[in-house]
Amino acid sequence: MSIPTPLTVALVGNPNVGKTTLFNQLTGLQQRVANFPGVTVERKSGSLTHSPHIEIVDLPGTYSLTPRSLDEQIAYEVLVGRRGKSPDLVVCVVDAGNLERNLYVVSQVIDIGLRVIIALNMTDAAEENGLIVDVSTLENELCVPVVPMVASKGEGVDHLIEKILNHGDQAQPYRWTLMDAVDAKIPDLTNILTEEAPQVKPEHKRMEVLRALAEDEALDGWRPQSPNFVKRIEELRQEFTDRGVAWKHAEISGRYAWLGQIVNKSVERVRGPATMSDRIDSVLTHKFFGPLLFVIILAGIFQAVFSWATPAMDLIESGVSAIATAIQSVLPPSWATDLLTDGVITGVGNVVVFFPQILLLFFFLGLMEDTGYMARTAFIMDRVMKRVGLSGGSVLPLLSSYACAIPGIMAARTLDSERDRLITIMIAPLMSCSARLPVYTLFIAAFIPAGAFFGILGYQGLTMFSMYIMGTVMAFVAAAILKRFIFKGPDSYFVMELPPYRRPRLRQVFVRMIQRTKVFALRAGKIILGCSIVLWFLASYPKVDSTAEINQAIIEAEQQRDTTLAQALVSNTDVNLNTLNDSVATKDKSLEHQQVIAQQNDQDHQSVIDSLIIIQQSAQIRGSAIGHLGRILEPVMQPLGFDWKISAGLISAFAAREVIISTLSIIYSVEEDEEGVALRDAILADQYPDGRPVFTPLVALSLLVFFVFALQCMSTLAIARRETNTWKWPIVMWLYMTGLAYLASLLVYQGGLFLGFS
Amino acid sequence: MTLQDLQPGESGKILEFESSVRSERLMEMGMLPGVIVKVVRFAPLGDPIDLRVQGYHLSIRRDQAAKIHVSKCES
Repeated sequence: MSIPTPLTVALVGNPNVGKTTLFNQLTGLQQRVANFPGVTVERKSGSLTHSPHIEIVDLPGTYSLTPRSLDEQIAYEVLVGRRGKSPDLVVCVVDAGNLERNLYVVSQVIDIGLRVIIALNMTDAAEENGLIVDVSTLENELCVPVVPMVASKGEGVDHLIEKILNHGDQAQPYRWTLMDAVDAKIPDLTNILTEEAPQVKPEHKRMEVLRALAEDEALDGWRPQSPNFVKRIEELRQEFTDRGVAWKHAEISGRYAWLGQIVNKSVERVRGPATMSDRIDSVLTHKFFGPLLFVIILAGIFQAVFSWATPAMDLIESGVSAIATAIQSVLPPSWATDLLTDGVITGVGNVVVFFPQILLLFFFLGLMEDTGYMARTAFIMDRVMKRVGLSGGSVLPLLSSYACAIPGIMAARTLDSERDRLITIMIAPLMSCSARLPVYTLFIAAFIPAGAFFGILGYQGLTMFSMYIMGTVMAFVAAAILKRFIFKGPDSYFVMELPPYRRPRLRQVFVRMIQRTKVFALRAGKIILGCSIVLWFLASYPKVDSTAEINQAIIEAEQQRDTTLAQALVSNTDVNLNTLNDSVATKDKSLEHQQVIAQQNDQDHQSVIDSLIIIQQSAQIRGSAIGHLGRILEPVMQPLGFDWKISAGLISAFAAREVIISTLSIIYSVEEDEEGVALRDAILADQYPDGRPVFTPLVALSLLVFFVFALQCMSTLAIARRETNTWKWPIVMWLYMTGLAYLASLLVYQGGLFLGFS
Repeated sequence: MTLQDLQPGESGKILEFESSVRSERLMEMGMLPGVIVKVVRFAPLGDPIDLRVQGYHLSIRRDQAAKIHVSKCES
């Protein structure tokens, strides 16, 4: 019989059963990724290929409909219709190699009265493990259609679509046996619930009663509305406990007993399980080789991310400035053109420049997820993370943050515990990311001597290393503090499946990599663009009249040139004497004179223009709002050893940390070069009016420490805003990290002065 | 004895959970009283434990394992 075509189809299943793979197969790449309203759980939906009127929704992976994590809570709410209409049909994706546990949630979905089709996935892997599932027996026992498939190869997908289009009736719910003692009390409880909570649909009542009986959290949820229901259940729990009735797991045992029989009838074990995965594990989680390989794999990934991303980043940077220059040459010079080129395009460039790293990191993270290695990293490192109140699941998000906090913060999604996820997000930016590297390099090269302890441990390398250690140690301290004072509660527990190793499906890894990067680009992009424009205004206004500086510079330049020319005359070189005599004699500032000089040396002419531009920019930033803010902040920053120029640089570095280098270059009127040699010489030469040097090794150290701790990255704030769904946590994050940076720098500078360093 | 007392390679039958452990999640994942659990290995730092239960690998911490009473299976 044919029932009217369903409109929404939900995909439900345990984690790691190929649900997302199947979702991609069903929808093609026409997917919409959004968040469920009010939470950060992703809602992925798309139209069934060739049937645009059928919407497929991929629900978060769940072991049970009794929610124990935010993901499971959302899956539950969608299925019972608390987030819009209940789905018309549920496709339960189950792993054929592990039927009993996978069918647990299926039995719950059947019991809330939804139509179910079972996608019996990964039948190939099950057969490799010696398990043969008799599909028709399984269908008859469960009374729902079962479609065997290998979603990763596309096998069985057409059959499933056919079943979706022509699915049958819903199966009869509650065919498992609840222990008599508990079962006898259900009607009474259902009646109380009907009186006190009439909004609960009849088909959900039994489920709500069972949940409230077994779960304190669920029971608490009824307290405000249904006092009698709560009271009755509390009495019953006491009564059961007194009589020795195992009320807490009555439902779980009942379901498993039923499912155990079904699985016994429909699954045949033809031979022992394959041991390939176990053998891989005996190496990858080996006492000695496990951690060693973990370090080698990570080092390889980081090496790849840095060495592959750097050329692409350079290309993007030069591409962005080429576009800006091209636009400047086409459009008439005006503030709007400047806004477009220096504000918008540079701002977008600041985001796009992260793409190579983010894409690569997401690729490797996806690869680790897909192969099953991700769970092993958590297994290996859990002991370490437990120390600071986190679990092994935080390891990869935090390690990714050494390259860039953005993918790290997004990777925290894989954590079950919402609290662990928030703490991980809050500490991820303390890991020294790659944007800090140019800053570290500049100041270490300028101020740390090149010598070495015992001839091998170079001071410079050691300083660099200690920057990373400082950030990491502080991240752990922050985690422990957050856990103890902000996110209170019982210790995080750790129940994690170690899925069998699988050959990675590159297509899936690529699709996920693109999806995640898109989320960053689109969601965080808007906030970043806004910040870039604000920073541009701060650096460009109020406008400064730099004529005086330029005239001064021209006079100086000419005096210098005249001296050079005079020297040239004296030394009787092959310069055209007549021309020189003319120009020196008349001091003609006309075009002719310029041409003469230009002919004499084209490069010389160009460098005059360049240095005039730099002088103009320098005057502009000194007089701009950022320059003024730098001066306003100077008294506050002086205890850290920072003058107004460094303070202004720190403000501008909020766009992205490495921006401080270009800002300082502009302030010091030096051309930015690859090695930062010119800037290094300029900052070394800078003095306060009383002749003290502005930059001393101690100031540099204080600045380095500031960069280790301070959260100067609008992209991180933007992504934290998106991932926590509130401005609260990004603001707290910024405040605590900036406070930490200030205190640490204060300690370093004042402590250093006290100890007699300078 | 508890699950924590088993050495890698040894199996035990689950008897009961102490009330302080979050037993519901473990049970939903197949760790029910009466089910046989094998300790496959300890993590490199000694914690957590890799268990084989219902044909798949589940990892829990030692302090949780210490609250699961088992009877050791011979052989």
